[in-house]
Amino acid sequence: MSGKIRVLVGKPGLDGHDRGAKVIARAYRDAGMEVIYTGLHRTPEELARMAVEEDVDVVALSILSGAHGTLIPRFIDCFKKEKGTQDLDVLILAGGIIPEEDIPALKTAGVDEVFGPGTSTETIVDYTRSHLKRPVA
Amino acid sequence: MSFERPLPGPARSLYFRLPEDGVYIVGDHAAQSALELFEGLIQGSRPHLSRAISVVENGAPGAAELLSHAYKARKGAHITGITGSPGVGKSTLVDGIVREMRKAGQTVGIIAVDPSSPFTGGAILGDRVRMGQGHALDEGVFFRSLATRGHLGGLSRHTGDVIALLDAFGFDQIVVETVGAGQSEVDIMKYAHTVVVALAPGLGDDMQAIKAGILEIGDIFCVNKADLPGAERTRRDIEMMLDMKEPAGWRPPVVRAIAVNGEGLGDLVSEIFRHRSYLVASDTLKEKKRWSYTAVLEEYLRLLTVAKVLESAARDGSLDAALDDLMHGKAGPMEAALNLLNKYRT
Repeated sequence: MSGKIRVLVGKPGLDGHDRGAKVIARAYRDAGMEVIYTGLHRTPEELARMAVEEDVDVVALSILSGAHGTLIPRFIDCFKKEKGTQDLDVLILAGGIIPEEDIPALKTAGVDEVFGPGTSTETIVDYTRSHLKRPVA
Repeated sequence: MSFERPLPGPARSLYFRLPEDGVYIVGDHAAQSALELFEGLIQGSRPHLSRAISVVENGAPGAAELLSHAYKARKGAHITGITGSPGVGKSTLVDGIVREMRKAGQTVGIIAVDPSSPFTGGAILGDRVRMGQGHALDEGVFFRSLATRGHLGGLSRHTGDVIALLDAFGFDQIVVETVGAGQSEVDIMKYAHTVVVALAPGLGDDMQAIKAGILEIGDIFCVNKADLPGAERTRRDIEMMLDMKEPAGWRPPVVRAIAVNGEGLGDLVSEIFRHRSYLVASDTLKEKKRWSYTAVLEEYLRLLTVAKVLESAARDGSLDAALDDLMHGKAGPMEAALNLLNKYRT
């Protein structure tokens, strides 16, 4: 099929730093994907609505505020509710300043992978491509 | 009829890009899920609507069935197009227009188009960045970003079909934001009942205003960033251009706006509603719709004809033969195309 991989690059919460998110957005673009960038200060509810409306294959959340433990699980709950399913077929990635010890809890909440500072964009793009959860329409 | 199969041989990479061009595949296995998607969206399910848009955009199995249901279920939304150069404030204007339309009790579906990279096919769809918090969670608003995927003219090839889906879903208003348009991205006029051309001060003098192209298609002009120097000049240049036109039924108004703080957007939306009333009262709406369907039908005929001829010609080798003739100077391109067309037309 001729579909494109669609990615929502999101910035949840009160965090004004989006250089990282833009670098990731650009890397996905250069890898031939369609990237919807949400802009800053989005609530988990807003991000969930956007991810549904844009019918994305991947959600990549960038968060540097330290609130990942609250915002990301809440996003996943909202997303399931908006999609009307407990069984998400969307790859969920997180990046930013996330301490090692917080990662297991995020994964339990439904995050597929967490990328810390210094991860190369190639690694992220390759991971994304090879872990999609549904065939691209 | 199926164009799903890629062609064998060298012709494929060069010429046969049909799936990407969105020729739809009709098949039994696809029909069921298409019907499911359609029934979901007609009952107001947003996940079904957004999935349906992807199916149509990708020309995935079932798209043809889905669309034939959707077109029959259209409810007659008013379609407004917003176009203009990059950076004049289209996204911010759209955000404000949606806010005003919601105030007027109208539900709104939004399609925002951004360009795909000619190199990688990727895209950054950034129109959501300007969407305010106000209606980000509003049930009466639906927003979808589309990439051009190589289509010229300022829109995605599937814009008309996505409009049909939103219309079947039942939005009162559909707002389409084009890519940052230069002078000749005028596809929006095929789909919109009301075209708003957005301008900003400082982007050219009255010479720009008399050129052909985008400035000819405005039903409403909006001079955004009206607090910047030169706004009055821009307004006057447009008025002057409009003065030179033969007076016809509708004189496009020129609205001043400062989209970032919402100034003038109430006026802009009033003008959109007034234009709608004019179109209905003067019976121009019907004419517009007919004209628009002519353009769409023409596009599909072209796509399907090209697909059919290419597939047949590639299969029996006439495509290669025609290419050989061209390479050896035995025929001109138009002659070769005409021969192929005549051979496979029936």
